[in-house]
Amino acid sequence: MAKKAITCTVNGKKREYFIDVRESLLDMLRGNAGLDSVKHGCDVGECGACTVLINGLPFNSCIYLAIWADGKEIMTLEGLSDVKGTISDIQQAFIDEGAVQCGFCTPGFIMSSIPIINKENPSTREEIRRQISGNLCRCTGYEKIVDAIEKTQKKRIAEKKETV
Amino acid sequence: MYDFNTLYEPNTVEEALALKKVHPEALLLAGGSDILIKLREGKLAGCDIISIYMLDELRGVSIQDNGELIIRPLTSFTGITMDPLIKQHVPVLGDAVDQIGGPQIRNIGTIGGNICNGVTSADSATTLKAYDAILELSSADGVRNLPYAEFNLGPGKVDLKPEEILTAIRIPKESWDQTCGHYIKYAKRKAMDIATLGCSVNVKLTKDKKHIERLRIAFGVAAPTPIRALTAEKAANGHAVDAHLLDIITANVEADVRPRTSWRASKEFRLHLVKELARRATVASIEKAGGTIHG
Ligand code: FES
Ligand code: FES
Repeated sequence: MAKKAITCTVNGKKREYFIDVRESLLDMLRGNAGLDSVKHGCDVGECGACTVLINGLPFNSCIYLAIWADGKEIMTLEGLSDVKGTISDIQQAFIDEGAVQCGFCTPGFIMSSIPIINKENPSTREEIRRQISGNLCRCTGYEKIVDAIEKTQKKRIAEKKETV
Repeated sequence: MYDFNTLYEPNTVEEALALKKVHPEALLLAGGSDILIKLREGKLAGCDIISIYMLDELRGVSIQDNGELIIRPLTSFTGITMDPLIKQHVPVLGDAVDQIGGPQIRNIGTIGGNICNGVTSADSATTLKAYDAILELSSADGVRNLPYAEFNLGPGKVDLKPEEILTAIRIPKESWDQTCGHYIKYAKRKAMDIATLGCSVNVKLTKDKKHIERLRIAFGVAAPTPIRALTAEKAANGHAVDAHLLDIITANVEADVRPRTSWRASKEFRLHLVKELARRATVASIEKAGGTIHG
């Protein structure tokens, strides 16, 4: 089968992968890049467990051809920690609020929340729910996930105000 | 790994059209939120694919000197909703596609894919029908412009020749000028669901805002394809903006629809929705256009 080399930025680093053209982005990120935070759930765009950011926006990597990643910027949960491996505020908030039970859905939810937690103005809980409406959780009942996102967004907005 | 056979990756629209001529049976892959899923289900195993997703020349919204809006087919639903020209001239289209799936699906799904699938539930289809959109269908041999009204031939069947590619969706100025619209999607869930019924209405009022100059109503899932309610439109045109107008619309709107019973809803419930949503979307459109319904 046809193979192809593609170049993209993954979690801030320029990478080249030699892939089978039939691979999904999920196959490439887990298989070729070893990024196991990208969860292999439904495989048909229903559950959001495989969510990654492409050029800053959330996409289901299970229904995205790996070849389309050529030239793009990909961010997975692994890219949220700092150089020392310390986890980010949103990850810590998920732990603190009890938003993680089995944890399978967690990386997907966190990636979906990135565009919201960086907003200038606070979102309503309804708006937060809408932003995570492409992600399913079978354990938590969602409330604590919304709590964690809301808390992180508030914290970031407060931090921005302090630095101005 | 997706189960397809050969993948073609044209670098330009011209190359894509040339490939489509040589391999008319190959499937065009836009955002893939339909085809890649069908591949997973094994329904399309062994097919050949022409991926056009990377063709940026087929992405974005622009306006011609004559005021015609040109929507390129690979524009994502998010791209449509965020686009300044759509927000200014056809905000109802942005609202409609903002109700599709969830954020991830709206980032990958394309408006061209949505209408070329030919399904009656396509959230963009109703509004595009209600705005008399024109489709630019290109092949290596030339271009034809087809009114969207004539595009749907049956459930999942559209008038797109095997060698053709949808290259633009045009909304004439006449269609959006001084026109305000409203879309209502009735579904069981707020996200990740398909419409039980969809209704898109738009209205142009007379200068004094007391009469209907032109009303257009389109439905999704009220028939095997997205359709216009021409009988109700005809009855409403020229009518005074009053409560009687709403009765006339609800009395006539049934004449144009052919809903059926499915696991989502019964025919009777859909008929009820047809009347109720047409009424509500008409009221909302009139209000957006600055009119008030008296009596
Ligand atoms: S694994 Fe991709 S959406 Fe479920
Ligand atoms: S924590 Fe188990 S699925 Fe969400």
